[in-house]
Amino acid sequence: MFEPVMMKFLGIGIGETLYMTLLSTFLAYVIGLPLGIVMVVTDKSGIRPRLLLNKVLDVIINILRSVPFLILMIVLIPFTRAIAGTTIGPKAAVVSLVVAAAPFIARLVESSIKEVDYGVIEAAQSMGASPLDIVYKVLLPEAKPSLIVGSAIAVTTILSYSAMAGIIGGGGLGAIAINYGYYRYEVGIMLVTVALLVVIVQIFQETGMRLAKKFDKRF
Amino acid sequence: MEKKQTIIELTQLGKVFHTKDGSVSALENIDLQIYEGEIFGIIGMSGAGKSTLVRCINFLEKPTSGEVIFDGQKLSQLTEKELRAVRRSMGMIFQQFNLLMQRTAFQNICFPLEIAGMEKSAAKERAEELLEIVGLSDKRNVYPSQLSGGQKQRVAIARALATKPKVLLCDEATSALDPSTTQSILALIKDINRRLGITIIVITHEMSVIEEICQRVAIIDDSKIAEIGTVEEIFTRPKSAAGRKFFFPGGAKTRELTGDRCIRVVFDGGNAYEPVIANMILECKVPVNILFGDIKNIDDKSFGHLVLQIPDDERTKGRIVAYLQEKNLTVEEVIENV
Repeated sequence: MFEPVMMKFLGIGIGETLYMTLLSTFLAYVIGLPLGIVMVVTDKSGIRPRLLLNKVLDVIINILRSVPFLILMIVLIPFTRAIAGTTIGPKAAVVSLVVAAAPFIARLVESSIKEVDYGVIEAAQSMGASPLDIVYKVLLPEAKPSLIVGSAIAVTTILSYSAMAGIIGGGGLGAIAINYGYYRYEVGIMLVTVALLVVIVQIFQETGMRLAKKFDKRF
Repeated sequence: MEKKQTIIELTQLGKVFHTKDGSVSALENIDLQIYEGEIFGIIGMSGAGKSTLVRCINFLEKPTSGEVIFDGQKLSQLTEKELRAVRRSMGMIFQQFNLLMQRTAFQNICFPLEIAGMEKSAAKERAEELLEIVGLSDKRNVYPSQLSGGQKQRVAIARALATKPKVLLCDEATSALDPSTTQSILALIKDINRRLGITIIVITHEMSVIEEICQRVAIIDDSKIAEIGTVEEIFTRPKSAAGRKFFFPGGAKTRELTGDRCIRVVFDGGNAYEPVIANMILECKVPVNILFGDIKNIDDKSFGHLVLQIPDDERTKGRIVAYLQEKNLTVEEVIENV
């Protein structure tokens, strides 16, 4: 079962999985981070309350988050084709991964930022800080450790989603597990891919927690 | 203080909060003038509206009626941007210090200077100078989590002073500190007032803080100002029920004594060093019972009062009152105990 061809396959699988996970996480943060900030800032008790905008975004995030990922991938096929030019392979999977992960990340960011003590925001306001100053100099730096923990959660969640993308031809370790383990009954291969996924998750999670601890000056 | 220049004026200030269960009035008809260079106290029980009041002064809370006039400008007429500029000339410190936890003491002090857009090297110099003023130069690179409460408040004071404000607002600044730390923070505030000439507004629920550092005080009770005056005036002759409540901490106990003949002897400086009461007892040959006593040292003068129970006859009372008045003490009959 572990002939050189298979080993090469697994190597490519790891590469594709990392590519999908990291690129999707990055792009999902590009959308999710500002979205999360906007959610906090426009909240009823935020520094610039905009209730209508807040409600609209809230509903959109909830809708996207409540669609099961498998269904979302299928629904997004035309959209994926338009953006990535194809509907199979890692590049195509990135599109649905970003759409699924961005609202999730927005929620993570929102809850991290909401942990910042209101008193500190008030103190900044009393010094004449503008809302932009507060976002860049108070909310984000003060929430940094929590944001890092959130990113570890996000990256591991996206990793497991990327494995699911294997079902519709997404590539990566997930695709190998499904094609060999499920369709061809090669349980050994499936176990190896699962073990590899476990190791990757461990590495991401551990790195995230260590970074968060390193940056946290509260203790 | 010779020439009293008003720096902050509140006229008919009101604040109503709208909640689900209707509206709550937090402040009503507040008229207040604060003079340049003084330490002004605002005292009230919790829930009296004093925290809302201090937040109205720098417009962290927008009053729903009335005006705040700071340095000749009506704050309600300023744009957001102008308001932010004004806030830079009003420093504020808090009960919970509100330091940025992810920044060192030094970086915390630089924070308002960054916001004000000060050049880096100038900001650094200013922050070092401030660390010196608050006596924390050795804690420059320490994060707030490693500082004691008193040290945190010192950093907060340095931070509040960074932009050279004209006014420092202190919102229960010593309420989370132990008594000896409170003393040292109050001493620092007093020192800053004297050295830098900054007007200071102190919000507190503790009479001792007012006595320690304030020149004038407003008592706020049930959303309104109950009385305003110099600390001496209010301390020796509180006119309002709220005022008396702060000076008779044992109010509930003295109530039982209503009906007996009691007098209140007020010491307003100097003559508290003389054994006046002992002499009076010897002179008038009357036994008196001290029901309540509270004598303190304010600005190196003694202030305080005693409530004495005296024999229930007009002539003895006349003798006692005459003797005490001869000693320049104010004597009043306590008819209705607070």
